[in-house]
Amino acid sequence: MRKIFTLIAMCLVLASCGGSNKQTEATENESNNESTENKEVSDYDPKRGEGKFSNVALSATLDQTMATDGEAVYGVKCSSCHKTTDEKLVGPGWNGVTIRRQPQWIMNFITNPDPMINKDPEVQAQLEICLVRMPNQGLTDDEARHILEFMRKIDGVK
Amino acid sequence: MKKNTILAVALAISSMVILNACKPKNASNAVSGDAAEKTYVAPGKYDTYYNFVSGGFSGQMSVYGLPSGRLLRVIPVFSVDPEKSWGYSEETKPMLNTSHGMVPWDDLHHTELSQTNGEIDGRWVFGNANNTPRVARIDLKSFRTAEIIELPNSAGNHSSPFITENTEYVVAGTRFSVPGDNSNGDVPINSYKENFKGHLSFIGVDKVTGKMNLSFQIRCPGVNFDLSHAGKGKSHGWFFFSCYNTEQANTLLEVNASQKDKDFIMAVNWKKAEEYIKAGKGKTESVKYAHNTYNESTHTATSEIINTVLVLDAKELKDICYMIPCPKSPHGCDVDPTGEFIVGSGKLAAIIPVFSFDKIQSAIANKSFDGAYDGIPVIKYEAALYGEVKKPGLGPLHTEFDGKGNAYTSFFVSSEVVKWNIKDLKVLDRASTFYSVGHICIPGGDSKKPSAKYLIAYNKITKDRYLPTGPELAQSAQLFDISGDKMQLILDFPTIGEPHYAQAVPADLISKNQTKIFKIDDNKHKYVAKGEKESKVVRDGNKVHVYMTSIRSHFSPDNIEGIKMGDEVYFHVTNLEQDWDVPHGFAIKGANNAELLIMPGETSTLKWTPDRVGMFPMYCTDFCSALHQEMQGYVRVSPKRSLVPLTYSLGNTTSNSKVK
Repeated sequence: MRKIFTLIAMCLVLASCGGSNKQTEATENESNNESTENKEVSDYDPKRGEGKFSNVALSATLDQTMATDGEAVYGVKCSSCHKTTDEKLVGPGWNGVTIRRQPQWIMNFITNPDPMINKDPEVQAQLEICLVRMPNQGLTDDEARHILEFMRKIDGVK
Repeated sequence: MKKNTILAVALAISSMVILNACKPKNASNAVSGDAAEKTYVAPGKYDTYYNFVSGGFSGQMSVYGLPSGRLLRVIPVFSVDPEKSWGYSEETKPMLNTSHGMVPWDDLHHTELSQTNGEIDGRWVFGNANNTPRVARIDLKSFRTAEIIELPNSAGNHSSPFITENTEYVVAGTRFSVPGDNSNGDVPINSYKENFKGHLSFIGVDKVTGKMNLSFQIRCPGVNFDLSHAGKGKSHGWFFFSCYNTEQANTLLEVNASQKDKDFIMAVNWKKAEEYIKAGKGKTESVKYAHNTYNESTHTATSEIINTVLVLDAKELKDICYMIPCPKSPHGCDVDPTGEFIVGSGKLAAIIPVFSFDKIQSAIANKSFDGAYDGIPVIKYEAALYGEVKKPGLGPLHTEFDGKGNAYTSFFVSSEVVKWNIKDLKVLDRASTFYSVGHICIPGGDSKKPSAKYLIAYNKITKDRYLPTGPELAQSAQLFDISGDKMQLILDFPTIGEPHYAQAVPADLISKNQTKIFKIDDNKHKYVAKGEKESKVVRDGNKVHVYMTSIRSHFSPDNIEGIKMGDEVYFHVTNLEQDWDVPHGFAIKGANNAELLIMPGETSTLKWTPDRVGMFPMYCTDFCSALHQEMQGYVRVSPKRSLVPLTYSLGNTTSNSKVK
């Protein structure tokens, strides 16, 4: 009798016809967009912002050449959304921005806005008003510095 | 007695189970348990291979991720695509120009990735137009068609766009032989043998820019050229073309081109052809073909008509071309990674002949010829043959290689892929396909260095594989894991139609080089507006040029008045964004062409001819921000003799309700 059951069991095993039911643990694909957003929020310095600029040296007087270059960049990449007055267009007007913000904050924000939009409380408050995330306009470091000088000119630096 | 009864019942039950489990494979039980795990790519994760698949009669090229089979992009190539304004925007219209004028459709059969030293280099992918003979080059930084060249003296550009191992040339063999463009084509069709010729085009490719140039053509006897592959390694310098209809039939080819026991694979010594060109043996003939290039800095294509081609005559120059007999209407013509073995697939044959490059060279040196075919020496079959794969299946079509000494051949009639060893010509494994496989693809499978993890079968019939969709069903591809000894079917995925040849490549070779934006500073478009201060509307007779900008989330200008009936309005829209993945769209009511989709930093032009007096809204079609639905404007169209002045504005809020 036992022989018969063994035979049945063997037949049933054969019946699976090689179909593999191997179960292996699902392996994680290698991560391809490592998140950097797990940093402690307390790391964020609202005066400096986040980015590569820590100290931006300003001269007491205006660098006219840089300001003129900055105005040209403004015409191509910024003026669609920002006025030089305090009037809001898509984004806030620039008048007074160099008084409200540290130069390094401005440089960090305009060269790479996304991380700061995600973290900076004041930028988030602005987003609630404007509802458009400021686009990354691909500014070079020099272009950003020239825009900063143009902003200083708007704010009356001579 | 009782024991025997129980035994009999047990055997009966188990044999029923066995029969049930082993009946011919179908959708459910051809796949083993770990297939899902092998093909699942979790949300947010990337595929590991790009798969560039011909779109067949759609005229386009599709891009899938493997192993998931997810469709990533359809690249418009030979057919218009109103979604991407391909062939509709003023800038892209010249790309579809031919000597016949604008041709809005074609049939793209084969894709081929550029190679350096016989390995895929990830720079460009080529595609062929089968109907109005052309070859396209697609730039793999932008995933856009960068160049299209038409081919004279050709009809049905099928054995194309296969390349040499350093992408020196892309070839194009004509499927239909026809009277040359330079001769009188107004001849009786049944004068085929006398008047019809087959031309092979060698398109030179610039090493740095990729720019194509029709270097020369070889004039051959009138037959049908079907497929081809370049020699590599030791056979670099040679090209191999399959030919059928060596009967030179011009009607009912189904019967009349299947008379002979053997047709040919033609071996072409292209290095020798180059020498003849240098020695001035090429004849300049008067023809007409278009050469279209897209310029990424002006964002504009130009079409040039070229009027001459250099032609070498294979009959006169006796040592460029040699015929190798190959059983029954050869289709696929594939060269193994070492360059020694050339596999011909006679689509009506029941064997696969494998030819040896070394033996072909000795045969030529020793003149082991069996006469000539229309002036071309015919090498003796045995003198070129390495061996035959016996009884591999029915209807062999195409062969790819795994770089481990094995070949994989598709069989249309017996609907399977067969793995065999190149050295001993023994069949190792066979896997059914569902149904009627045509081309197959192994990543790098026609290069010197295959990356043989997967094999993809592109099938001709889908029948019961997917939810039905009326008379026309989904096109189909099937993914096999070939990393082990046995092929394992792990996924079906539908494709755009109809897939023929495809290429695949490890993803990082291409993903790292992507163009993300076009720099606005580098934009040299004639009608660019670099910033809103440059946006304007200019009248030039009845042509009105709108220099328009778009940024989240408005156009400048967004109100235009003074357009009159009879005007042709050109909206030149510059996308001022400089961030990845922020295209803007543009559409205007009643436009008889398409929308624009403008990439960051790019300028595109939509021509619009108003058909009636009234108010015409325009808007952004590509969701760009929370205020996307606000991204709109108006164009006022007045009668022809109206005195409404041409004005344009943005943000002008003064009311003018009293003015008519």
